[in-house]
Amino acid sequence: MKTDVLIIGGGVIGASVAHQLARYNLDIILVEKASDVCMGTSKANSAMIHSGFNIDGDTLKGQLVLAANKVIKQLCQDLKVDLVKPLGSITVGFEEADLEKMKKTMANGIKNGIQGMKLLNQIELHEMEPHLNPDAKYGLFEPETGIINPFEYTVALAENAVINGAKVLLDTEVLDIIIENKTVTGVKTNKGDIATKIIINAAGLYADKIAAMVEDIDFEIKPRKGQYFLYDKKWRDILTYTIYSAPTKVSKGMIVVPTIDGNILAGSNAEAVEDKTDLRTTAQALDQIYTSAISHLFPELPRMGDVITTFTGLRASSTNEDFIIESAKTVTGFINAAGIQSPGLTSAPAIAAMIEGLVRAENRDLDFSPKANYEKGRQAPVQLSDLSYEERTALIEENPDYGEIICRCESISKGEIMDAIHRPIPATNMDAIKRRVRAGMGRCQGGFCGPKVLGILSKELGISPLEVTQKGSASFVLTSKNKELSLEEGDRNYEKIRV
Amino acid sequence: MKKLEYDLVIIGGGPAGLAAALEAKRNGVPKILICERAPYLGGILNQCIHNGFGLQYFKEELTGPEYASRFIEELENSDIDVKLGTMVMEIMVDKKVIAVNREDGMFQIDTKALILAMGCRERTRGAITIPGSRPAGIMTAGTAQSYVNLEGYLPGKEVVILGSGDIGLIMARRLTLEGVNVKGVIELMPYSTGLIRNKVQCLDDFDIPLLLSHSITEVHGNERLEGVTIAEVDKSFKPIEGTEQYVSCDTLLLSVGLIPENELSNNLGCEMDKVTRGPVVNEKRITNIPWVFACGNVLHVHDLVDNVTEEAEIAGKAAAAFINNKKNEVEKEVIITHDNNIGYVVPQHIDALNNQEQTIKFFLRVRNSDEDVRLIVKDNFNKTLLNLKKTIVEPGTMVTFNLPREFVTKDTSSIDISISKEQAQ
Repeated sequence: MKTDVLIIGGGVIGASVAHQLARYNLDIILVEKASDVCMGTSKANSAMIHSGFNIDGDTLKGQLVLAANKVIKQLCQDLKVDLVKPLGSITVGFEEADLEKMKKTMANGIKNGIQGMKLLNQIELHEMEPHLNPDAKYGLFEPETGIINPFEYTVALAENAVINGAKVLLDTEVLDIIIENKTVTGVKTNKGDIATKIIINAAGLYADKIAAMVEDIDFEIKPRKGQYFLYDKKWRDILTYTIYSAPTKVSKGMIVVPTIDGNILAGSNAEAVEDKTDLRTTAQALDQIYTSAISHLFPELPRMGDVITTFTGLRASSTNEDFIIESAKTVTGFINAAGIQSPGLTSAPAIAAMIEGLVRAENRDLDFSPKANYEKGRQAPVQLSDLSYEERTALIEENPDYGEIICRCESISKGEIMDAIHRPIPATNMDAIKRRVRAGMGRCQGGFCGPKVLGILSKELGISPLEVTQKGSASFVLTSKNKELSLEEGDRNYEKIRV
Repeated sequence: MKKLEYDLVIIGGGPAGLAAALEAKRNGVPKILICERAPYLGGILNQCIHNGFGLQYFKEELTGPEYASRFIEELENSDIDVKLGTMVMEIMVDKKVIAVNREDGMFQIDTKALILAMGCRERTRGAITIPGSRPAGIMTAGTAQSYVNLEGYLPGKEVVILGSGDIGLIMARRLTLEGVNVKGVIELMPYSTGLIRNKVQCLDDFDIPLLLSHSITEVHGNERLEGVTIAEVDKSFKPIEGTEQYVSCDTLLLSVGLIPENELSNNLGCEMDKVTRGPVVNEKRITNIPWVFACGNVLHVHDLVDNVTEEAEIAGKAAAAFINNKKNEVEKEVIITHDNNIGYVVPQHIDALNNQEQTIKFFLRVRNSDEDVRLIVKDNFNKTLLNLKKTIVEPGTMVTFNLPREFVTKDTSSIDISISKEQAQ
């Protein structure tokens, strides 16, 4: 296989770069080692579009987040991605020291060009968020923060690239990079070699490992772990804005934020870890997040019960804490997009634009003429919940699958699931379906719809139910048919738990 | 949008919905419609292929599908309408129900009365926040039951079960019979939360250990589950340091409680009981909305389907009376209170002036196991109405009793139920 630009990593950055470059007459291949796009850092984060009010505008990430804020609304409109912006945020303080910090943050926000920021007194604060802990005294309101569905956003970017001719190769891991005369010429993958003129390293947590393949090793990605709670939709009315807890000595501040779909997301702590696969949640951290942030801000939110799930995200923080977006110093044709931690989701369009500049500067004889039949958008998937009852009836008449509800918690139809399996980036496992259409995302977490979704996947993909996975590779949901397991096999491992 | 008209709409075609529909029919309701989301009637009974159903109601031992089929056959010989594969999306305060299916699209049903019989769902891993990684191989016991009994597939080879709820116990036996090594059942409480007969017949008979006062403190594995860490817990359910034990397994089944599925009822504005998580009802199973009735697991979680049937018949009969223009408003509300040893009592209130029934049936759950206790029922004049001996009470088994209607007078304003040893005579 042969291409002009090879992008490593199918997170929001890789997808944004593919989307950005797909407008030109370039051959583009994006390789992703997981079974779907949006499987790493882009998947597990606060799902916020940061305004940049609390970020140092002189850093690269500060500049990019502010630049991205100017284009993201139009981008989401073009791609038909749900975005709530502006939503606004309130930083909440309990101590007088918090007020001092808020004043500084406000000055910084104004310097970054955010208009309409306001310090809130205790009465104003509780008028705006009546369910806040009554002890909360100070507030800093900032109007520009937004929220997005990160899966939809990443998938939409990748789908648009595919619509415009880019190839997305899933389950494809880069094993090595081929260099000739200090110039990259291709990659070795588990699925064979791909020749290319340019490599974009958007490998997230593994960006340092990929960079090391061209010996561009002046940075290291240190994962920083954060754990989250996701609450049932019945708590949706507990808040209106994104709520930040004031930063303390031990924590940079946590958030309680509504999601696009009406749940409440709360977290996260920050813990440096060594293992890039350490996605474990721990009772200790969850207790700490709950006590120090969630219940401190909103005492009504429970520790258990209405929690739909808890999860961990790993931020791909670099050693210097800023984004690293630059050409490799060691070879030609290799560009890093590394160290993209928060606000990477927000900054993605600006990062992609910057990468385009770097690709052009590489001067590798690429055709940057605009694609003749370029599509700037994509057809949004049918989402029944967005339609009026009459529109749904018309649609069901055309395709009865839209009248068969598979996921009862989220009211997701068979038609929507079938669509997800057959879109430009196909959803081929249980979690991919969940991220695309929310089947299994609700309060029963797939308890009822799981077997049905598995059946649909098996039928549509033409595979045995035994081959259907939770999230790709060896994450099989089922292990054998009834009566297939020999009793001997059970006997051989007959140990029981004894105390 | 298509419009239909019925006298009575029943949401759910499981045991509660079926029995309620038949009883309403027997009591003269002309046009009845059952809306069922699955492509078949019978609800979860269809995946309960084990026996033990119907001992109380039919005085014989049936499997789940057999129990359901008794009602389905009777229904087929009636003129009750059924819409399968039909999901109710919304109930409106002006007695309109919005539903959807493949054939009709979205459609509206105008009704005179409604019975909620949507059943319950299982608590998930998230609801009890078990820490650790998030591999495949973790599911609720009911989901596993559906895979094994309806689809014919096994979820794993080495299984640990968290929670000793009845579905978990039943699945321990079911999987063992399939050759799966069920390594043990881990229970947080110091007692089994399922029926005693299930503990005996599903665990003891198959030498499957039950570890009481234990919990899972971590899940291991990235793609497929590799093992769990279990630990003993203290009286406040905190893991005791030093008691951790790693258990390898490829599957974790959760049987950690059931939650009535009341999203529709909540959106409609039904008053809810915080403990049962179902609507607050009176002895006729009427909710705070006079044309809405509730029965079965959507009202409170039952351990025996026989009780569900009995309760559904109360609701079906009361709905029929309402539709046939009998008075429905509670004329003199009698509040039911209970002591701390009791978790909840259904119904939560009764009508002092309702004289349709000879006896009022109460369902309750105790908080803690005990032996040789007395169940005492008193009215607001401190008069003892009932004093019943109970050899054994435990949270996993619902306690029921009948209160003769004549014991409730027009002056009764509250009835208190208690369970204790002290008052034993």
